[in-house]
Parts: sequence; C-alpha cells; structure tokens
Amino acid sequence: MSTNISEIVASLPRASAHEHQGGMALVWKVAPWVLLVVLAALPWIAAFAGAEYYVGFVRRILIFMLAVAGLNFILGYGGMVALGQAGFVGVGAYTLVAMSDAGFTSAWGMWIAATLVAALVSAVVGLVSLRTRGAYFIMITLAFAQMIYYVSVSIASYGGDDGYTLPQRPALGFGLDSANEPTLYWVVLAIVVVIFILLNRVTCSRFGHALVGARDNETRMLALGYPVFRIRLVAFTIAGAMAGLAGALLVTHNSFVSPTVIHWTSSATMIVMVLLGGVGRRWGGPLGAAVWIILEEVFRGMTDYWHWPLGVLLIFLVFFAPKGLAALADNRAKKKFSKAGAH
Amino acid sequence: MDSIFVIEQMLNGLGYGFMLFMLAAGLTLVFGIMDTMNLAHGSLFMAGGYVAATVHTQSGSFIAAVLAAIAVTMLVALILEILLVRRLYARDHLAQVMATFGVILISDDLVKYLWGPSPLMAPTPLGLTEPVQILEGLPYPSYRLVILGAGLAIALGLYVLVNHTRVGMLVRAGASNRSMAELMGVRVRGIFTWVFLLGAALAALAGALMGPISAVEIGMGESILIPALVVIVIGGIGSIRGVFIASMLVGLVDISGRAFLPPMLRAVLPPSIAADLGPAITGIAIYALMAGVLAFKPAGLFPARA
Repeated sequence: MSTNISEIVASLPRASAHEHQGGMALVWKVAPWVLLVVLAALPWIAAFAGAEYYVGFVRRILIFMLAVAGLNFILGYGGMVALGQAGFVGVGAYTLVAMSDAGFTSAWGMWIAATLVAALVSAVVGLVSLRTRGAYFIMITLAFAQMIYYVSVSIASYGGDDGYTLPQRPALGFGLDSANEPTLYWVVLAIVVVIFILLNRVTCSRFGHALVGARDNETRMLALGYPVFRIRLVAFTIAGAMAGLAGALLVTHNSFVSPTVIHWTSSATMIVMVLLGGVGRRWGGPLGAAVWIILEEVFRGMTDYWHWPLGVLLIFLVFFAPKGLAALADNRAKKKFSKAGAH
Repeated sequence: MDSIFVIEQMLNGLGYGFMLFMLAAGLTLVFGIMDTMNLAHGSLFMAGGYVAATVHTQSGSFIAAVLAAIAVTMLVALILEILLVRRLYARDHLAQVMATFGVILISDDLVKYLWGPSPLMAPTPLGLTEPVQILEGLPYPSYRLVILGAGLAIALGLYVLVNHTRVGMLVRAGASNRSMAELMGVRVRGIFTWVFLLGAALAALAGALMGPISAVEIGMGESILIPALVVIVIGGIGSIRGVFIASMLVGLVDISGRAFLPPMLRAVLPPSIAADLGPAITGIAIYALMAGVLAFKPAGLFPARA
C-alpha cells in the first residue's frame, strides 16, 4: 500500500455529506435510530393493528435491502455496473436448498455456508469479468447469471422450473423458533442491521476510499501503486456474498425458491432499486429496495396492469431525478453549492 | 446419430442464427454508433410478432402480415426514438439500461392490454405447410427454408448496404469513431435515426418470421434479447461482420447442444445425471462461449472501435 494515503483520502468526496449541515445534521443523526426502533417494534404494532401480513412483507424488504446495499457498494462506490447480482442471490438460495435437502437443519450454518459459496462463486466470476470494461462488463456479469439460471432450471432434483419447497424452516437454535413469524423477522432485522453497519465501516475505510478512487481515476490510482484489480475483486466478492446471504434468507423467509429469482429481469430490478434510491449513497440501496417493493405491492393491489406505472416511474427518474431519491433529501444550500461547482 | 440428422440440425442452427442476426444487426449498430444500450429492442421484436400474427389471421396473407408488422414496428420505433432514445445518447449506460427497462415494463403491459395475457397462435403460411425433400431421406419444413432464404438475403443486403454504399460508409465511420466522423461533417445523429429504424424493421421481420415456429407471447422479447446481446458482444460491438459470424456461431452451438449433447451424455453417464446435465450444459453453452471469448478478447472478436 502507498504511504501517502491520507492525501488521497483527503481529496476524495466523502461518502456521506450530511455531517456539516447545521440544523439538519441532528435530524439525520437521529433518523436512522428512530427507523430502527420503529422496525424493531413492527411485529407488536402489526399485531395491535391486526396486520400480521406486513411482518412478512417488511421482512422481504429487509432481505432485498441486504442484496441491494451490496450492489450499491460495487455499483455506486466501485462504478461496476453488474447486471448479474440475482445470480449470486440464486447461488445462496440453492446452496441452502441443497444443504437442507442433504439433511442439514441449522439455519446459521446454512446461512454462513450460502454466504461463503456465493463469495467463492462471485470471486471466480469477478476474476473473469473485471478484465472487461463498460458495456462488456455489463454483459459478461449478465452471462454468468444466465448460466446460473439455466443450471437451476435444469436440476430436476431441486424442482427445476417449478422451484423447491422446504419441508420445514431451518432451525435457529438458542431457544428461537423459526416458524414464529416475528422471531424470524427480528433475526433477519438483526442480521441486516449488523451487515449494513459493517458495510458502512468498509465504505468509510481506506479500502472504501481506494475503491471510490479507482472508480473516479483508475490511472491515477494505479500510478499511486494501488492494486486496482484486486480492490475491485474484493469489493465484487463482498457484494456477491451479501447477495448470497440475501438469497439464503429469502428461501428461509418463503420456504420456497424457484429459478425466477435468478431471471435477468431480477438483476435489472436490483439495479433499478439502486438507481431509485441513489447511486453511491449510504441509504440509497435500502431506500430504493423499500420504495420499489412497496410500489410494486401497491400497484399490484390496484390493477392487473401493475408493470407500466413502474416503467413510467423509471423513465421519469432517469430524466428528472437521475441521482435517486436519497439526493432529494439534500438541502438547498448543498444544491446551490453543487450547481456552482458544476459550472 | 446419422448424417441426415446432423445436416437437419445444422440447418436448424443456421436458421436460428439468421434470426439472431436480424435482431442483433440493428442492435449492434445502435450500440456501436451512439454507444446506447437499448434493452427495448426485444419489445420491437415482440411488436413485430404480435402484429404479424394478428394481420395474418385476419387477412390470410402472410406477405401483408410481414409488411404490416414492419410498418407498425417502424412507426413505434420512430416514436420511441424521438420521445426517448434520442435523449439518452448523452447519458451513461446505467441511465440507458434503466429507461429502456422502463420501456419493457410499459410495452409488456400494453401488449397484455391489447391482445390479452394468453399467447397467440401464429399460423404457418398456406403453401408452406408441407415439408420439402431437400436430400434423399431428409424432408425439411418448407417454412424453415423460407426463413433460411430470407435470413441469407437480409445478410447479403446488409453487407452490400454497409460495405458498398455511401450511407454504409457513413455508418461505419460513425461506428469506428463518432467524434471524428462528426468533425468531418457527417451528421451522425441523422444517420442514427435511420439506423434505429432499420434495426426496428429487422427486429419486426424476425418477430414476424419467428411467430409460426415459436410462441407469440408476452416476454418473447426479453427471452430473445439476451442471446442477441450475447451475439453482439461476441462479435464485437458495432461490427456487422462480427455480428454475422457470432450469430452463426451462437446458432450452431445452441442447436448442437440441444440436439447432439443429450444422446452423447446418455451414452456415457447414468440416465439420472444425464437428464440433469444435458439441459444445464445446453442452457449455459452460449454464455460459456461468450465468457470464453471475452476472457481472451475483452472487446469481442471484431471490435469496430480501434
């Protein structure tokens, strides 16, 4: 590693720009904790309101937040437009299915194994894909996801096209009952929160800043002696592992998986979630996943034709809010500043 | 496995390859010249398939159906280009992926609204239902021969257009170095609108021709889009020659995987493993081919940009 890293770090844009904004700063500091308390209390609120369905619904959102936060890490901070994250979700999901089919029952063991297998697969995929640039990178990550898709479709022992239903949910141990919906919800919430905090530590670390540096000026980072390829590969593997864990959690949540989760439109939807939330912003991934899934649910409840409003929304976003929803929260002073800086 | 079977499957592979070529030719030029990634190209293919099936059933004339499909799809493409694609040239791939993915979502719902959710039956044209004896012991569906002929004609026509006309020269100039071509006074944007429409016409033709031998259904565009993208990436973005070679390669690899691999696997492996492995290898064959090509030539076989 280079010795003058502090200079580089000082010259890089900070991942979060909310620290020095006066009155709003307090709100931004408190908001995540308020959100966490609300999320933790959700099962009781839902039980009180007689809306237990929403415990499972929010659990699904949390699981997608995990995968999308990983994608935002490589796409937003690393500049890698990976159109194959659903493939790694599938690797995690089918690892759990294979282990469950072989007689394993411990949820923790299977989640860890799924994460590791997805990390391994994404490391191999990254090793090949990261040699390419631009549109070729988009296409090759897509190609690997398609390969995983066709493998999952053709394995008849795990249901092939029809998917696979777990006979029962994996056991959590420690006196926790995974069949109890709120219990599983809290476990998922805890996992997602811990990993999100860890991811933010990584993003703000030297490694995270080097990743952003490689995105903004690869030549300069190379000249400074940074192993750009290796940095990208590690980031790609982290995102793949997160996607794999999300896949394993998703099977546990649904007790079911089918190759649909690996279809290329799922990968595209994950990219859309990142863009919707805000590329390269701390809350971009979670925000995008939540808003997209909620909108899907709302439109689906209203009409059979629930795709087109989402399509219109996408086109609208591309032209009117290209930085995503997280950017809308920037205050006016910052907007003025960035406008002045742009010209 | 006798030689007749091999020849028959090879012809099927070439037929599939020509279909991919028609789809990918327009896509690669759009991509190569304007650096614009258009996921909605598959929707144009779907539009061609639906319009052709409808007109064919209503009027009974296949020629009219194909012409109507091309005309309607070109009109749709013109609207799409003016309203949306034109505004995406200057944007990054991410914005292009997102906006054209939005178009896919809208067009799938629109087709569902106009034609209903169930697949359409596209009849085989009258007079082309009987097989033709092309070799002794090899009857081949005459409709598939028509597809082969049409594909060959389009490929030749496109070759002449791109390599031996003034317009083609401007297109190639735009694909190999757009800013240089613009500095030399070429109105790349104006040419591009025509290239986009030509691509749409070819996609519609492919959709119309594919209708009778595969399903005309919602999502047909998404499932053919990915192999078409694989073709342009293997061939090298922006290169017509690359697209032609890559589409033949992909067509042959895909069909031979489907036709020859399962019996070979059954011969050497236990049936239960062969039954799982065959479809898996068949499905991933073209993607493995692409990953292999990109691992050694990261810009495809014949990149247009030097």
